[in-house]
Amino acid sequence: MLLTVTDLRKSYPAGDNPVTVLNGVDLTLDAGQSLALTGESGSGKSTLLHLIGGLDLPDSGAIVLNGADIAGLDDKGRAAVRRGTVGVVFQQFNLIPSLRVADNIAFHARLAGRHDPAWAARLADRMGLTAHLAKFPEQLSGGQQQRVALARTLAARPQLVLADEPTGNLDEATAATVMDLMLELVAETGAALLIVTHSDRVAARLDRRIHLARGRVT
Amino acid sequence: MIRTVWSALWSQWRRNPLQLFTLMAGLALATALWSGVQAINAEARASYDVAAATLGEGQFAQILPSEGGAIAQETYVKLRRAGWLVSPVVEGRLAGVRVVGLDPLTAPGGLGPVRFAQGADIIPFLSGRGQVFGGAEALDALKGQTEADLILSPDVAPGTVLTDIGVAQRLLDMPGQITRLIVARTQPLGRPDLATVAPGLTLRPPQGGSDIGRLTDSFHLNLTAFGLLSFAVGIFIVNGAIGLAFEQRRPMVRTLRALGMPLGQLMGLIAVELVGLALLAGIVGVALGYLIAAALLPDVSATLRGLYGAEVSGTLHLRPVWWLSGLAISVGGTLAAGAGAMWSLWTMPLLSSAQPRAWAMRSGQAAAVQGALAVGLLAVALGLALTGDGLVAGFALLACLLIGAALLLPIVLRLVLAGAERLAKGPLAQWFWADTRQQVPGLSLALMALLLAMAANVGVSTMVSSFRLTFVGFLDQRLSSELYVTTDSAEQAAALVAWVTPRVDAVLPIQSSQITLAGRPTDLYGARDQATYRDNWKFLDAAADPWDQVAAGAGILVNEQLARRSSLSIGQTVDVAGQSFVIVGVYGDYGNPIGQAIITETVFHDLFPQITAQRFGLRLPPADVPALTRALTDDFGLPAANIINQAGIKAFSLGVFDRTFTVTTALNILTLSVAGFAILMSLLTLAGMRVPQLAPVWALGLTRAELGRLELVRAVLLAILTAVCAIPLGLGLAWVLLAIVNVAAFGWRLPMYLFPWDYARLVLFALVAAGLAALWPARRLARTPPTDLLKVFANER
Ligand SMILES: Nc1ncnc2c1ncn2[C@@H]1O[C@H](COP(=O)(O)OP(=O)(O)O)[C@@H](O)[C@H]1O
Ligand SMILES: [Mg+2]
Repeated sequence: MLLTVTDLRKSYPAGDNPVTVLNGVDLTLDAGQSLALTGESGSGKSTLLHLIGGLDLPDSGAIVLNGADIAGLDDKGRAAVRRGTVGVVFQQFNLIPSLRVADNIAFHARLAGRHDPAWAARLADRMGLTAHLAKFPEQLSGGQQQRVALARTLAARPQLVLADEPTGNLDEATAATVMDLMLELVAETGAALLIVTHSDRVAARLDRRIHLARGRVT
Repeated sequence: MIRTVWSALWSQWRRNPLQLFTLMAGLALATALWSGVQAINAEARASYDVAAATLGEGQFAQILPSEGGAIAQETYVKLRRAGWLVSPVVEGRLAGVRVVGLDPLTAPGGLGPVRFAQGADIIPFLSGRGQVFGGAEALDALKGQTEADLILSPDVAPGTVLTDIGVAQRLLDMPGQITRLIVARTQPLGRPDLATVAPGLTLRPPQGGSDIGRLTDSFHLNLTAFGLLSFAVGIFIVNGAIGLAFEQRRPMVRTLRALGMPLGQLMGLIAVELVGLALLAGIVGVALGYLIAAALLPDVSATLRGLYGAEVSGTLHLRPVWWLSGLAISVGGTLAAGAGAMWSLWTMPLLSSAQPRAWAMRSGQAAAVQGALAVGLLAVALGLALTGDGLVAGFALLACLLIGAALLLPIVLRLVLAGAERLAKGPLAQWFWADTRQQVPGLSLALMALLLAMAANVGVSTMVSSFRLTFVGFLDQRLSSELYVTTDSAEQAAALVAWVTPRVDAVLPIQSSQITLAGRPTDLYGARDQATYRDNWKFLDAAADPWDQVAAGAGILVNEQLARRSSLSIGQTVDVAGQSFVIVGVYGDYGNPIGQAIITETVFHDLFPQITAQRFGLRLPPADVPALTRALTDDFGLPAANIINQAGIKAFSLGVFDRTFTVTTALNILTLSVAGFAILMSLLTLAGMRVPQLAPVWALGLTRAELGRLELVRAVLLAILTAVCAIPLGLGLAWVLLAIVNVAAFGWRLPMYLFPWDYARLVLFALVAAGLAALWPARRLARTPPTDLLKVFANER
């Protein structure tokens, strides 16, 4: 088992009584498996993704990734998880504004010590970014930016790819192309995939599907 | 309507208190630095004045009894009543110490070199037991001789103590008597002749002497330039704050105009608002400047002024001028800094986008314009340096150089950072350089302020230190005799030579005549052929064995001023009283406004038989100086004021310089603090923009602590790069001040020396300032909650 989440709880402070967002979430994911995470807006999908990605700390519960519980790690340990084990694609503003596209694509892989120029070039080619490698992120369209973010994540060959509505900001046609590319390439690298999505069409193409409501998986 | 506008204008400041604070603090600090420098200049001048007065030489005319003896107190009162601005001095010896009694309320410059020790104040000085100021040795000698408080004051010349005139009269047992009167430089018109009011007194005109006053004029000019520069540093901050505020005001201005407010009236109100803020900040600044000056120069004259305000003569007009000039420069600076922002509001089309432009993200086109402007200004500066002449050209050169360099700085920084990025190995290093480059536009105003602050510091340190080295060397050359004595008549001179010759190693007569040489007024000196000159004089340019050629009769030495103004050089021939001489040497003569030339004594006597020397330099072993001084006054009967101990003058001038060093070091630190403040304010302003730039890097596997550390390193690194640019700029500044402005203003050129350790220390200060400024923003970043960073990536929030 690549990922086992047990009884995960998280609340945010809001005035006198904190808002409980996750109230005992359990889930598992095998290596290479893909999972769709659905739920209404505000149901805590992003929160769950952030906790699994080592971006934030839960109040309680365990997140065992690769046999180690990352819920108990300090800042440094969680940074190492982000660097080496997972790759996250957010809805927007994924890219480092001061770096060119080519350097953005290579950044995560180089940080993780897994940079393979040939693989990065192939990803850029498959994403249709070859002509844009010397540009800065602000010179790209939203769809192009999301493809760069995807290429960057895949170039680093993480064991687990987390994607939080990666096409949520794109128009329908662009969203479909980006999503197709994503599913195809993730399958090619053999990484496990957890996507937050609203789309039944996308969810149907994945191995499993879970729904988040009232702080629990249903 | 107007009330609506006011509340709209004010609400902006209320929403951005940091901006208002930056504006006010920048302005107050700038004004404080400016007026602090002004105050220090004024105080230093007062110190020189009183030193010149106590040393009995220099710029002040004096009134002495024609027949020797003392002046009666009534005579002094009569002179004051008749309108003469004179100040009484009582002088004498007690236990081997020269006691000088002054009247602090009428003496020019009060008691300049005396500082009050902690706990002391003016009241006991003026009344009661009294206070006696002096160096440790002099005070030791007086122990048990007086019940006045002995107050250690290292600025007083060695072997001398200063005290109130009443105390001195008691100490010296000279009740109702005055030794001499110092004559203030400016006197009321229409006062009666000295002979009518007080027959039996003679007026001795001011003597050339070592020209401490005039030499230091140059120093003050340069210090004033420094004050202006410090002010410019502050104005950079103000400019940044106003620019940012006005950017954010655009939508509001548009709304007000759409509501029917005439643009002219709106701009008028904004101008009134700015002037009001400037006046407020100016008042704080002047007060702060006064505190700075008082902290740096806590001496009696400042205290006197503080206590007596307008009552102290000679300072009557000082304080209002001080306040007004401080306020004027604050308002002027604000309007200058705000002019650009006001102009762009004025020309803003009513219908263009209401989006405030992000001030940090200037377009590439603007960068190109800025670069072209910078290069143009520097080219003009170079042209002026090569061909320019005169004071105006010198200051224009300074302005072009500094503004051009400041504008060029961001461009240079970006180039350097781009180069570093290309050389970077790891992904983090690459990102670090790229990201640093991206920060340059947002930080450029603060970095320009740092550049100017550091350049001013390098320039002024170089200038002051060069000045000190030159001046001390020059004094060693000029004051090579151990004692200088002045006689009042030819008979006394002859008697003195006869009396003193067996008691010393050598007697060097000082004799001169006012002539016209190469068309310019010149003091011609006849020098005795003596080792003193050969050993001590240094030439800027000379033929072989200049003193031999002078001694042979046909050679003449000229000072730098004369050589420059009349384009004289070695080997040229000049006419003196119908006889021609070959120029064999040019020497530095710092502080002298007119030409000077030296020929040998024998030829001088042939040409000017009517002139006999009345001043003499005496060479003797330094250990014998005190004994001979005593013998000269006690046995020969020469007034103490007629004897100058060169060690005293040298010690005094070193004291002045050391004090000036303290002052400049303090000013250095203050200016750097202002620049550090500018960096802090810029970083805080940029902090909001930073989070989206840093969040992706954090998400990819850096810790917040690492990012915070890198922020700190980034600020320090930018400061280092700026410092590296500032050193050559500062040296350029020093060169312009020493080689162009000074020559234009005074006719002589100060040699420039380099002081690498001083510069290294300055760079260190700058790093500390930048590091301290970045510390808080970096800590804040390192403690940003993850949820704040994650908000960047979420759409809905
Ligand atoms: N930093 C935060 N502070 C306070 N409340 C938050 C914060 N982040 C999320 N929430 C709240 O937690 C709930 C879940 O948010 P989120 O995980 O973003 O949901 P989803 O991604 O499913 O739309 C929402 O009600 C949201 O308002
Ligand atoms: Mg979400």
